[in-house]
Amino acid sequence: MSSIYLRRRITNWLAMGFSALATLIGLTFLAWILWETLRQGISALNFKLFTGITANGDEGGLANAMVGSLIINFLGIAIATPIGVLAGTWLAEYANRTKLGETIRFLNDILLSAPSIVMGLFVYTIIVLPSTVLTHGSTSFSGFAGGVALALIALPVIVRTTDEMLRLVPSTLREAALSLGVPQWKLTMQILIRAARSGIITGVLLALARISGETAPLLFTAFGNNYMTLNPIDKMSSLPQIIYQYANDPGDTAHAMAWAGAFVVTMFVLLLSLGSRLVFSRNKVSHD
Amino acid sequence: MSAQPGTLAPPRVVEQRTHRDARQEQLFRWLLKGCALLVLASLLGAAGATLWGGREAFAKFGWHFLVSTAWDPGNDVYGALVPVYGTIVTSLIALLIAVPVSFGIALYLSEVAPTWLRTPVSSAIELLAGIPSIIYGMWGLFVFAPFFSEHIKPWLTSNLGNKPDDGKLSWVAQHVPFVGKLFGSDYPFGASILVAGIVLAIMIIPFISSVMREVFQTVPTRLKESAYALGSSTWEVSWDIVLPYTRSAVIGGIFLGLGRALGETMAVAFIIGNSMTFSASLLDPGTSIASTIANQFSEASGLQKSSLMALAFLLFVVTFIVLLIARLMLRQLKRKEGN
Repeated sequence: MSSIYLRRRITNWLAMGFSALATLIGLTFLAWILWETLRQGISALNFKLFTGITANGDEGGLANAMVGSLIINFLGIAIATPIGVLAGTWLAEYANRTKLGETIRFLNDILLSAPSIVMGLFVYTIIVLPSTVLTHGSTSFSGFAGGVALALIALPVIVRTTDEMLRLVPSTLREAALSLGVPQWKLTMQILIRAARSGIITGVLLALARISGETAPLLFTAFGNNYMTLNPIDKMSSLPQIIYQYANDPGDTAHAMAWAGAFVVTMFVLLLSLGSRLVFSRNKVSHD
Repeated sequence: MSAQPGTLAPPRVVEQRTHRDARQEQLFRWLLKGCALLVLASLLGAAGATLWGGREAFAKFGWHFLVSTAWDPGNDVYGALVPVYGTIVTSLIALLIAVPVSFGIALYLSEVAPTWLRTPVSSAIELLAGIPSIIYGMWGLFVFAPFFSEHIKPWLTSNLGNKPDDGKLSWVAQHVPFVGKLFGSDYPFGASILVAGIVLAIMIIPFISSVMREVFQTVPTRLKESAYALGSSTWEVSWDIVLPYTRSAVIGGIFLGLGRALGETMAVAFIIGNSMTFSASLLDPGTSIASTIANQFSEASGLQKSSLMALAFLLFVVTFIVLLIARLMLRQLKRKEGN
């Protein structure tokens, strides 16, 4: 009898030990990755990174990539936000429990983790290739195409959060407004979206965090540009793309600059996701 | 709206307003629906665009495309087997490592850890999901791959592989089938299928563990308490009560991680070595569908470009099916919850 107890107890101890070990493994890798990014990134940071451009190679900096990243991310969010919010509103307010609505909600969840490189190829096919006609034959990669590719990745994130946040709005709010004779579109735009605003903003910030580290969809859309450009129909470089290029370069200076870029991107993404969490938790408190 | 307070608007005005409202309502509905249909369109468009782009390759090679290991731009002959093999094997390695570790993490966070520790630890694990994939790639290339080739790989090749440095085959390599081939390598660097699989595992751990943790929390407390009251240990409750109750959602979470791993591009492109020659060894460089596209697409033209598009179509269809299964499995638990 006691040997059974002992065996069960040992099994339990082993399992608990294993679970703690698994957690430790996860945390170790997190610390290892963040530590290397911080260490190598900070030691490579200098003023020139923010002023020089990549055309000057080792003597240059990453300014054109940073500006390009800002523009492309801004384009992506600017395209995805209105479409995503409206689509999410449709799912929550007009098509909740309809067949089409359920299908789109389901497919949106799938799109959420679809391979981003395929999205890049999709945009390449529908924007870059057709616009070659305008540039008389040379392949017309552009920052705009990069923005569209990122918008496709941000879209499902925004749709989903909008949908979820609107469904959290109490239905008494809707009933009160409708009983006053407010048309439904006004109710949606002026009351519901306002009530769910901070949740929707969180979704947009999360989407921004998601796309600002994306590289694969930009390779064949924005392509890259060693010179500074503000024109969205020009080829445009971005931080992740320059990191990829420099990390594959044999030179040590290039590696250092890639680490510096990696540091900037990581900090941006982590601060964004932390910040959006703060916005959200404050919202939660005020509702209680 | 123009009516004075206390007076009723004349019937004509009311009628006009009703008409206007109805028109605007209709317009608004169509606008919203159009936006929602764009979501559908982007999914179908991505599949359609890659299928259209890959039509030449599909027409030229047919089914042979799937089973051929050729990738020869010189003779314009292409086959998908090497990247498909790399994609599947890296994802399987990732699952093999990530599933038990994620289960351990979810178990720790939902049953074992003291309450004050749960939130900080789970936020830290979620932070892993927030790190961009290119950072995983850089860390893999500059930190992990050298570490691997210095400390882990020599042990693997000399104890398990069929090409050990000193020429003496180990007992395992002689007696256990396949193992020798899997771990035999004379490639001097760290970048390999195995390293790519390990890095992928780290990337998908936060996804799988957060799904697992979430669904573990849906198990009714009375179910667990009944088992504890009968004298079960924490492990027995987790293994015999919690896991069977959440089985379908746990499988859903695993498939979600698999979907991520299959489509991951940048991290893999950095560390898989990008070799288009077939090798059964996990310690040799290989390639995956996504990293092949990332490396070759911008310089490709003609049939090669079409073959890359065809690869992208394959990848898209396979991840779609995997994610479809994942979502269906996850939905089953929700239905259970509703009852």
